[in-house]
Order: sequence, then C-alpha cells, then structure tokens
Amino acid sequence: MENPVKVDPINSLNDFVIKFANVNGTGSASANQMFAKSIFRMGIPISPKNIFPSNIQGLPTWFEVRVNNKGYLGSRGGVDIAVAMNPQTYTQDVEEISEGGYLLYDSTWKRNFNRDDITVIEIPLTQLCVDSFTNAKQRALFKNIAYVGALSPLLEIEYEVLEKLISEQFVSKPALIEPNIKALNIGRDYVLKNLPYPLGINVKREDKLKDKILVSGNDACGLGAVYGGATFCSWYPITPSTSVAEGFEKYASKYRVDPQTGKNNYISVQAEDELAAVGMAIGANWNGARGFTATSGPGISLMSEFLGLAYFAEVPLVIFNIQRGGPSTGMPTRTQQSDILSCAYASHGDTKHVLLFPEDPQECFEFSAEAFNLAERLQTPVFVISDLDIGMNDWVTDKFDWDDEQKYDRGKVLKAEDLDKMDNFGRYLDVDDDGICYRTYPGTHPEKGAFFTRGTSHDEYARYTENGDINEQTLTRLVKKFRTASELVPDPIINLSEKQGSSGVIFYGSTSAAMYEAKDILNENNIEVDLMRIRSFPFNLDVWEFIENHDLIYVIEQNRDSQMRTLIMAEGGISAEKLRSLVWFNGDPIQAKFIAKKIYERESQQALIT
Amino acid sequence: MSYFKPINKHPNLEKNKLGLTRRDYEGGVSTLCAGCGHDSISACIIEACFRLNIEAYKVAKLSGIGCSSKAPAYFLNASHGFNSVHGRMPSIATGANCANEDLLYLGVSGDGDSASIGIGQFIHAIRRQVNMVYFVENNGTYGLTKGQFSATNDLESKNKYGEDNLFPPIDLTSMAIQMGASYVARSFSGDRDQLVPLIMGAIQHKGFALLDIISPCVTFNNHDSSTKSYDYIRNHNEAMGKTDFVPLGEEIKTNYDDGSSVEVKLHDGSRLSLEKIDHNFDPTDAGKSLELIREKDKEGKIITGLLYVDNKCKPLTEIMDLPDKPLNTLEQDELCPGSEILEEINKGLS
Repeated sequence: MENPVKVDPINSLNDFVIKFANVNGTGSASANQMFAKSIFRMGIPISPKNIFPSNIQGLPTWFEVRVNNKGYLGSRGGVDIAVAMNPQTYTQDVEEISEGGYLLYDSTWKRNFNRDDITVIEIPLTQLCVDSFTNAKQRALFKNIAYVGALSPLLEIEYEVLEKLISEQFVSKPALIEPNIKALNIGRDYVLKNLPYPLGINVKREDKLKDKILVSGNDACGLGAVYGGATFCSWYPITPSTSVAEGFEKYASKYRVDPQTGKNNYISVQAEDELAAVGMAIGANWNGARGFTATSGPGISLMSEFLGLAYFAEVPLVIFNIQRGGPSTGMPTRTQQSDILSCAYASHGDTKHVLLFPEDPQECFEFSAEAFNLAERLQTPVFVISDLDIGMNDWVTDKFDWDDEQKYDRGKVLKAEDLDKMDNFGRYLDVDDDGICYRTYPGTHPEKGAFFTRGTSHDEYARYTENGDINEQTLTRLVKKFRTASELVPDPIINLSEKQGSSGVIFYGSTSAAMYEAKDILNENNIEVDLMRIRSFPFNLDVWEFIENHDLIYVIEQNRDSQMRTLIMAEGGISAEKLRSLVWFNGDPIQAKFIAKKIYERESQQALIT
Repeated sequence: MSYFKPINKHPNLEKNKLGLTRRDYEGGVSTLCAGCGHDSISACIIEACFRLNIEAYKVAKLSGIGCSSKAPAYFLNASHGFNSVHGRMPSIATGANCANEDLLYLGVSGDGDSASIGIGQFIHAIRRQVNMVYFVENNGTYGLTKGQFSATNDLESKNKYGEDNLFPPIDLTSMAIQMGASYVARSFSGDRDQLVPLIMGAIQHKGFALLDIISPCVTFNNHDSSTKSYDYIRNHNEAMGKTDFVPLGEEIKTNYDDGSSVEVKLHDGSRLSLEKIDHNFDPTDAGKSLELIREKDKEGKIITGLLYVDNKCKPLTEIMDLPDKPLNTLEQDELCPGSEILEEINKGLS
C-alpha cells in the first residue's frame, strides 16, 4: 500500500460494491462466481452482475458484486473496491472507484494511478503464478483464483468456504482440486506475509439466507419448463436466451429420462432459425405436446408471422423472451425491457397476446411452469418476458417450491369417448361462452373430431370462409377469450402506503429490485408511494382499480418509449397526464437512486441529496 | 370457401381391408381450376391410401401457402389438417412428428413454397430426416398471385405473358439427394400408373420421402413456350420404367426381362419393384442417381420414377432417442419430477 491516502478509507461491513475488471476468455468468470458464492455461503445477500461484451476472447469484461446486508439486490452504482486485471481498462476502472475506495491490481508491472484518495493494493499476481506453475495455461488461469485467495484475508472471507467451493466445483475432476487450492493459497499467503489486512471494507457471516438459493433466471425458466411438463423445446442460439434451452436440457437430461428404457421423455431441437423454432413448437403443441421456444427481441421479430397464426388458429404455445438492448441487433449483452409492445401485439392484423412478467428467478420458475397451463387453457401463445439482467445473472431468490397436489391444466381437449357422445363438433364453437372452444388432437377418433387448422378466415367448423360477418364474429370472440385470460393470469402485487392520496408507482420485471430499495429511500425522505407490480397482460380489474384510485402514477421501466405506459393507455383509455413516464435505457440494470431521485424531485419539488 | 360433398355411397363400390371405399378417403370439393394437376395428385393420394388400408384419422395433412397448399382440404376428410404459413410447413411437420410419431405425415407443398420462401426449412427437414411424405406439386409458377415465375421454372421457359425466365431452375430432387433425403422420386401428375406406386412406397418408407411431381398449371403455365405444360412434359418425360408396389407377403407379379428390374425393400417389409431403363442404374447409390438426373437434364429429358432410396436411414425421432410412447401421451407423473427432487435441486443451488 504505497500511496499516502488523503481521504479516510471507506469502512463498511457487509455493504459494498466490488468490481472485477478482466479480459474475456481468460477464465475469470468461474473465479469471480466463486467469490460471489463464498459471500452468499456466509449468509450475506449479494447481487452479482455480468457486464460482458458480445465477443469470445480479448475484450474487456466486468463482474460486479453488490454485497448488501439489507438484501437490496438491484444495481447500486459506484465501486468501492476494484480488482483491476485488465490494463486496457485501467483508466476507466480506476476513475470509477469512490473516494476512500480500494484498488487491487497485478503489480508485476507497476503503475502509478494518480489517485491519492484511494488505497492501492499491489500484488504481483502474474509473477507469483509464473513462479509456482510451469504450464503456461495454468499460469494465466490461476491468476484469477489467486486474487480470490488474496481477497480472503483482505475482506475476511472464511477461507474454508472457498476451499469447500473448489472441492464442490471439481467433484468430477478431482485432479484439479489441488492446483486450485494451491493458487488460492498463493494469493492468500502473499497478503498474510506482505500486506496489512483486513481492509476497512469486510464481510462477516450473517446466516440471513436460510431459505434462499442462488440461481439465474434462465436456469429457473428451463427448470420451470421441465416441471411444467414441456416435452418439446425448439430454439435458435441468441444472447441472452440460449441458456433457457440449455437449462431445460440440463434438467431434462437428468430428470426426464425413462428409468426403464433409458429413452428421453423430451426433445430439444436446435432449429435452423427462429422461424423454424417457433414453427416446430407450434407443430408440437398442435399435436398435444407441451412445447416452447426461447428467444430474444430479434427472434420475436422473426417469429411474428407464426405468432399471428397461433393466435388466430388458437394453438397453444409458450415463448420465453429474454429481452436485451434494442432496436435491431442493438446491445446483445446489455439489458432492457423494450419488447413489451412488440410482444403484446406481435404479428400483423388484430392480435393480442398473453404476457407474464417475472421479477426474479423464483418467479421465472413459477411462471414458466404456469405458462403451459395458461397456453393450453387459453389455446394461445403465452410469453414469459424476462430480460438479460434476470436471465443471465445469478440472484438470491426464494427456494423453488412445488405443490405435488396441483395438476396440470390441459385445457379443453376432447377425447374419443367425449366425441362419441357428441353430435355436433365444431372446433371454433364457443360452447361455454368464455371465448375458449374445444379442440381435438390429431388421431383421436376414427370418424369424429377432425378439423382443418388454418390461418385463413374460418367459421365455427374450421371451414374456410370469406364471409365478413363470420370473420368479425371470430375476431370478437377472441376478444372475449382475452377477457377470460385476464381472470386467469397472475394478479398484480399491490402495496399501499399508510398515507392517503399518495402517488402510485407501476413497475414490473427486473425493475422490481431497484424499486423496493427506492421506496425505502423515499420513505426515509418522508415521501410515501403506493406500489403496483404488474405481473401479466391482459390487465385485470385490480390493475384498473389501482389506476382509477390514483391521480398521479409513475410508470417505471427500462425502455425509451415507456412501452408499458403506452400499453396501459391503449388498453384502458387512460389519459397521458395521469401516467408519468420514468425511463432508464442505457443497457445497465436500473438503479434505486435514479428512481428515488426522480420521484422525490417531482413529489417535493426539490432535489434529493443522497 | 370450403364445400363438402354429399355422402352417397354406391353399395357395389370396391372395399379395402378396412371395409372402406375410395369415397371414404375423399375430401372437400376442390376449388382449384378445372384440369389442375394438383387435383390428379389428390386423386392419387386417395388411391394410395385406399390401397394401403390407411386409417385416415391416423394421418396428419400439412401444408404451407399457395394453390398446392390448398390441396389437403380435397382429400382425407377424416384426417386433421394444418394449413400453416408460406414456406413453413416443414417446421410444423417437425414439431408435430416429434410430438406423435404414430401418425402418418403428408406434407403438401409447391415450388414457390419449397424452392423459394421455404427452401431453408425444406432443406433442414430433409437434413433432420423427418419421417414424412413431402409432396412438391411443381408447376413452375405462382398460380394464386397470377403467374409469376417460380424458382423451378426452366431457363428457356416463358411465362403466359411471353416474358423470358432469366434465372436457372432449382432442381429439388438433386438437392434433396444431396441433403440426405432417403426416398426421392420425381413424377408427373398425369401419370397415375407411375405416381400411385411411388406414393405407396413413400408412405411405407421410414424417413424423409420427397415426391417432386410436375403438375401443370392449366391457367398460367400450360402454354406452348412453357416447359411445365402437359404437352411438354408428355414429350420430354423419360420414365424410369414401370414401378410396382408389392405389399408385404404378396408375390411379385410383374414380368420384366432378367436383370432389368430392381427391388427395393421398404421398412414394413413391402417392396417396390422397379423396371430399369439402364442396366447400370442403382437407386441406392446417391452418386449414380445424381449423375442420371444431370445426364437426362442435359439431353433435355425429364427423368421420372424412383431416383434414390436409402432404406437404412434413421429418422429424427430415432436419432433423438425418443420413447416408443408418443410424447403427447405422457402424463404428469411421467413428466413432473415432483417436490422431493426440487428440494434436492434447491440444495444444489444453496
């Protein structure tokens, strides 16, 4: 620690942000994840974020971990400790460090960073690894483990936790345990012998996370699809959704193989493009198998024609849209909530689709499984709309829960014995007056129940018709079905303040973590707000009632054009003045400070100093 | 509009082993132009299904968009049909096939549907060896939009308005052989004797079967300067020789000269017996098949018949190791791992 520090170093227990700056493709990801998991294992809430380029090797990549004992999981902003392993980005990485913060860098090549307000920790990581390992690949790779080892005494991370994580990680490759432990020790021993420790920032076991797990949203979606009974997955690789299909395959290959025959009770097809991916999923659903596809914004654009067919021909379908930065190719490795409208009204003609908005991996699991019930009940596409932030980052989330008593809702499907009792089967007859008609799977009955599925206008018996009145009736019935949908989709979560006449706040999806924290900041500054977290579209009566009961509502979202606000205005005829748009769309996860500041300024007519 | 025929069954109509008559395999009234080749193909499909004693409700008829794609409404009324979007029938077929491989999948497409907008899906369905019969009702023109050239139209051909086609054709049979289609035949809608056994063979074949059927468009592409007109095809068709379908357990009754016929065994044990026009030709050799197609093309001939067959191929569902029980019949207890396993998974994530 060479530089004389002109500002008092930050002192903080279990509450800080650490950011690792690496070069992608150098093996840093698993070391950084191990660091995050060690803090999680000590029972302290964390929120790790990958900030990565759309590239495989050589470009800068960052991994940021917010450690927060209050359990705020949104992005905080600012950096208290930087672990700078990429000389390309030194300037930016050092500049970001808060006053009083800390910088750890590889001092094999010494630098002067011209910051007299931070503590610089010099560890010659490259030199240490060159001295200890002979293999060139290991020398490069173990630098990462070595800095995690160094952080153990510096931050007081329990060393046994790190050791255990290594032995768990390499349980199937035990030969790798020893060199990894050795690398861990190299960093740790260097600190113990040469540097003062611990830092002013440190961690201490809290055991706050007994019923929590650490998992990404995409993994949770994949698992939810297995629990939801999906047997068919078709997908085309696209960031950030690919790991949904991979998650499905991972869990299905473990829990969906027939114990007697060893055969797969599922199939996952990597399609030639998104058009084929959605087409295959529609084909499987048409035939009575629960099928889904996973994609991101560009994929939704490509799938649109087929989505209109599934809507109009009334074929169940589940689509996961893991949103990324748009428009066009946009920012493939950054997050946004900018496909709300393109999903709500996907495809030409009058179409409307059911959307679900999970806020975290636990809800990804729950909604993923439920989406298959809704799709079959409603015989229509159902979108699970997540984003890169939820999908590709690990989150501290409630344990997954499953009720074995709850049965799948396979919807209105007629079996051969049902058809035997019927004289008049019409695929699109609204027998129950809820807009949902009865369908049959191909191959059900030798004489009855066959029909022709088509995207052309059709009558109640699925026959082609160019009769305008009949087509109008079909389109009107689909609106009725959409009303039925509003009664079946997840309710909004409403949290009213004590104070009458508070302004309302509407938010959804990955904005939630930042919003919960923003609410606390606002409360500390004597501003009360009523919260409504939208969890689905179509909106139900609770949503409309909340809007009706508030004179002013902030709609917070991560897109430029306030798409959720537009959807609310369009669907409910709500006036523009009532809904105040509050948007963040730079591709990074939204921050509580930003939300609190904006609301505070508007509510109190003065600036918020945090 | 869909029109259905009144069902008046003549008591003396021939019945198959299921006790069904040809009328039982019919569909709605065709709204295609009088004389359209596609209607002849529908009639051949009806005949093939009748002769093979197919249970119509165990058939799924799939199509894209175009005149050809309307055709599934005109045969097998007791089957489910799916008229999807332009060029995308192969993906519907792939998904449907994986969900229930017990059905017979008849995909009906056209040259616009398969050689242009849907060429990608066409190729990939072949590559994946989807177990289906894929009909291309090939008329070299876009009929529904009134006569534009399609990608299978020959270079020297003209359209109805006298304009030249400037681009060379895509030959779907050669492409299919190269992509790994395991049953590839070309035929002519006007040659019922050839087409019916080829369809029967394709139905009994396990794997991707392509039937590229030249099917003249009487309204837009049947004029003197068209190479897909009835007259042109009749004058330039070089049939591979007679094709006979021999059901399982029946004797071959055809009488060819020694060495002039070849037998192809199909998955269910039935056989196709092909009269050879060329003693060197071997329909199980993809290289020879491609050579023959190319040679005949150079001579200005359209070679028809069974061009290629690979009866050892593995269909998609086998490649992917799917269970014998169709995926769409699996129940919740077979699908959902349950709460105990979830607790294990939770432990692994904590």
